[in-house]
Amino acid sequence: MRPFGYTRADTSESAARQAASGGTFIAGGTNLLDLMKLEVMAPEALIDINRLDLGAIEETDDGGLRIGALVSNSDLANDARIRKDWPVLSRALLAGASGQLRNKATTGGNLLQRTRCLYFYDRAMPCNKREPGAGCSAKDGFNRILAVLGTSEHCIAAHPSDMAVAMRALGAEVETLKENGSTRRLTLDNLYLLPGDRPDQETVLEPGELITAVVLPAPVDGKQTYRKVRDRASYAFALVSVAGIAKLENGRIARANLAFGGLAPKPWRNAEVEALLTGEAPSEDLFNKAADLLLAEAQGYGANDFKIPLARRTLVSVLNELTQEAQQ
Amino acid sequence: MTEQFKMDAPATARRLDDMAQGLVGAPLDRPEGPLKVTGTATYANEWQVRGMVHGVMVRAPDNSGRVVLANCDAVEKMPGVLAVIQDDRLLRNPAQGTANKAPIQGPQHAAYLGQLIAVVVAEGFEQARHAAQSLQVQLENGEVMPVDPATAAVEPQEAKTLDQGDLDGAMKDAAFSVDVTYTTPSHSSSPMEPHASIASWQGDDLTLRGSYQMLKYNRNELSDALGIHPDRLRILSPYVGGGFGSKLGIAPEAVAAAIAAKKVGRPVSVALQRPQVYEATMRRSETTQRVRLAADAEGRLTGLGHDARVSNLPGETFAEPVLQASYFLYAGENRKMSMELARVHRLCAGSVRAPGEAVGVTVFEGAMDELAVQIGMDPVELRRRNIPEKDPESGKEFSSRRFLEALDSGAETFGWANRPGVKERREGEWLIGYGMASAARVNVLMESQARVTLTPEGRARVETDMTDIGTGTYAILGQIAGDMLGLPRDAVDVVLGDTTLPPASGSGGSWGAASSGTSVYLACEAIRKQLAERLEVDENDLTLKDGMATFDNQARSLSDILNGDQIAKLGHVLPGDTSEAVRQATFGAYFAEVAVHAASGETRVRRMHGTFAAGRILNAKTARSQCLGGMTFGIGIALTEEMAFDPRDGHVANHNLAEYHIPVNADVPQLTVDLLEERDDWANPLQAKGIGELGICGAAAAITNAIYNATGVRVRDYPATLDKVIAGM
Ligand SMILES: Cc1cc2nc3c(=O)[nH]c(=O)nc-3n(C[C@H](O)[C@H](O)[C@H](O)COP(=O)(O)OP(=O)(O)OC[C@H]3O[C@@H](n4cnc5c(N)ncnc54)[C@H](O)[C@@H]3O)c2cc1C
Ligand code: SF4
Repeated sequence: MRPFGYTRADTSESAARQAASGGTFIAGGTNLLDLMKLEVMAPEALIDINRLDLGAIEETDDGGLRIGALVSNSDLANDARIRKDWPVLSRALLAGASGQLRNKATTGGNLLQRTRCLYFYDRAMPCNKREPGAGCSAKDGFNRILAVLGTSEHCIAAHPSDMAVAMRALGAEVETLKENGSTRRLTLDNLYLLPGDRPDQETVLEPGELITAVVLPAPVDGKQTYRKVRDRASYAFALVSVAGIAKLENGRIARANLAFGGLAPKPWRNAEVEALLTGEAPSEDLFNKAADLLLAEAQGYGANDFKIPLARRTLVSVLNELTQEAQQ
Repeated sequence: MTEQFKMDAPATARRLDDMAQGLVGAPLDRPEGPLKVTGTATYANEWQVRGMVHGVMVRAPDNSGRVVLANCDAVEKMPGVLAVIQDDRLLRNPAQGTANKAPIQGPQHAAYLGQLIAVVVAEGFEQARHAAQSLQVQLENGEVMPVDPATAAVEPQEAKTLDQGDLDGAMKDAAFSVDVTYTTPSHSSSPMEPHASIASWQGDDLTLRGSYQMLKYNRNELSDALGIHPDRLRILSPYVGGGFGSKLGIAPEAVAAAIAAKKVGRPVSVALQRPQVYEATMRRSETTQRVRLAADAEGRLTGLGHDARVSNLPGETFAEPVLQASYFLYAGENRKMSMELARVHRLCAGSVRAPGEAVGVTVFEGAMDELAVQIGMDPVELRRRNIPEKDPESGKEFSSRRFLEALDSGAETFGWANRPGVKERREGEWLIGYGMASAARVNVLMESQARVTLTPEGRARVETDMTDIGTGTYAILGQIAGDMLGLPRDAVDVVLGDTTLPPASGSGGSWGAASSGTSVYLACEAIRKQLAERLEVDENDLTLKDGMATFDNQARSLSDILNGDQIAKLGHVLPGDTSEAVRQATFGAYFAEVAVHAASGETRVRRMHGTFAAGRILNAKTARSQCLGGMTFGIGIALTEEMAFDPRDGHVANHNLAEYHIPVNADVPQLTVDLLEERDDWANPLQAKGIGELGICGAAAAITNAIYNATGVRVRDYPATLDKVIAGM
């Protein structure tokens, strides 16, 4: 680890200001510290935000929840309101990492965790995300866990978060505070960037822009589930995950929210797929059409080719689960 | 003084059955357990040696070429840095188990990506790590080296070749036959404790606190590597946080610590970083195995063939001994075996968790399942029918073998009779299947010594350089001494892991308990004789229990008999004619129930049972734990474990615990273990055989056979990850 400065921020405003001039926020540190030890990330200064007053889960006027950026993954998963009205989020959180990591990991940090691409973590291997222009070792290498949608020739990294997938299905928005004291709200879709030719730029956040909260809209009506497919029963990142919410009315799908993990550089959601399902009677055929649409542009890179059929099978299975039980 | 004993004839006395104390066999706790779970057992890298500084090793960034440290001068000037060392004596790779001499040395040329070619020493650990990561390593004139065993040059292994009868003919005439090729990937031992050493010199004498399995060999390997006399070297390794083969031979960090400590004149600690454990210790070779089985109409094998390809680095002779159990497990006159070794520039291949049988029996048992399916026969029955009367190759008798009983009793306990047909049972989205496999592992006795001292107070002290790698050596040596000397377990102190103590067999190859246990037994027997002499009775008439000696209707306490003296005896066992006279092996059977998700292809083991026979069980708890661990490795081999080599440069891409998937708790269901009563007089005077690795040898096949039963998909390319399962569904 290289020598670095360390400041504990007292207010969100000062944290944003300090980070704007070359600082990096540290929350739980479960991802950042690993990357610093490997010198994949080498911040000049850490701005410790753990003492900021961002640890509450509050109800909003429109029946939603405002989740402070420092709420731990464990606390969020176990919150009674989340478990009751946004169960997909609780399940996604509990499917991630391990108990110890979830105790430490925060809501803001989880959203901004870096990819698990093995070459990104190994400084001897060229990587465009670490060093734009260096090349991508993963494309022709061991890329079992990497993305098949939204990739570019410069980077095929997948976003590893489970939590963010559920949030994407729920239509959550991120609240931020900028260095100049202004705030903004971003949908998760707008928060994340696709790699294009600058895979080092992962979000639209500006230097010093602090995530202060995630806002969940009012509960979505319908059955919710989170399905995570992985290489071992726990403590493994998703190969494919699906956060699904579906509502059936008179034997037809009245609404379907579907977000996907493990497939893309960001939690993936495809409005056309949801539109295709809406108003239709559930059937295997329909679900396969939805999968066709979802995966129309999917591209495998060898070791991760299997994700394409796996995503299809998982989507169909999740839709079966959501619509069958909702019918009863 | 020394009670030397060579195992030339069966030891029929079975004296442990007659001892009054009743410790041997009992499921006693490990005495050092509380220290380990409370963090008070001091592991190698936890010692705080006065004046100690830190070394961090640096890897070669590719697999060939001359090593140039481009910015060495600048790194030497970094804060806290004391030295950048690229000494000729640094190891290219660890020594193989029982090598007893240094492996190939020299950091000037890279042979594989990840090879540790330098060590950077600094005052603080973080300084050393930063400096090590700042060192620019360039490789000059590197050529493109073969990294893929499928296409690399191969060397046939003549010594492993067997050609008996006419297998081709038998295959042609067979009523049923199977000719299948399986592959298994490389496995990493992945011990929880990374390899670590602290070296401190006192003049020309070196003390190394390390994490090693076989100290007597390690001392010779390290002294050979350094060019010093073994007498100048002491290795301490009282606690080992798992080795699984990767700590059998001296490893790069020990040599680096010793060289660095000499150079900077201070004690130096070198711990491998987790990726380095994966990249620069030992891997199990990947294997390609062709199995041929020819059977008559009744399912009796008329022939069998097993041909394997494994790999290693140039210059290394170790070849994963996959055929080891195939020579004797099943009958069949026409037999053909062969093996070839491919030369690849991947990290060194060596012993990892039951080398040979772990993957050899696994693949063979998969092929046996395929044959059973083809015949339409119960897989248990197929095995029952093919248990050979004698060793099918040599005609030798088996020393002891409760294989048939293990099959029958295991099937009964598991409820094998209720097994579903292929693709017959479904619960919601889960497909349910049963599978079974046989277990077999060779048994070995090794030379070992121990000193036992009976103190004037009537306590015993057992001393040997034997190691306890988490397996229960402290427990069982105390039990043996306690039984032989009639002392409660807590009146026996066991001191291990120090090369100043009598040299033992070391822990590996499942031979540690029986070999070092026998040396303790022999020393105790000598003490008993001396006690009997003092009392002027026949030793056989002496009953020792709870510190009292009973004889001729008298009872006297040991301290009274000793009358202020102590008795110290050295036990020394040597393998002898019984190793060759008979076929010695351990046996068992596994049964597994799996659920395979119909959509995702994910497999969950729902329950698994193993019945094993391994001679006398010295401690029912530690023996069972070994089997539980073995079956857990079996789950890993079956479903999750695989070192992912980059196809271009052969480096280990998944070099950490997050991506090298050993099974986690959620992958391991309730496992049950039955141990059959057995005494093996040919093995050693304890009548015990090795049990450490038996639970791995074939376990994975029970699971993949169950996957077939559930889904109809036969995965012949381990591990059976979900992508391979859905590809067949
Ligand atoms: C072995 C392992 C297994 C794991 N498995 C899973 C899994 O299965 N599923 C899963 O989803 N995750 C998994 N994780 C990842 C884990 O969820 C993340 O590491 C964690 O959520 C990060 O949160 P943190 O608070 O520790 O972030 P930190 O490490 O503190 O920060 C991460 C990044 O976010 C930035 N940051 C943090 N907070 C803010 C903020 N408020 N505003 C702006 N920027 C901020 C930091 O600067 C840093 O760049 C795993 C991690 C490990 C180590
Ligand atoms: S996929 Fe992206 S993160 Fe991985 S090596 Fe390529 S550029 Fe780097």
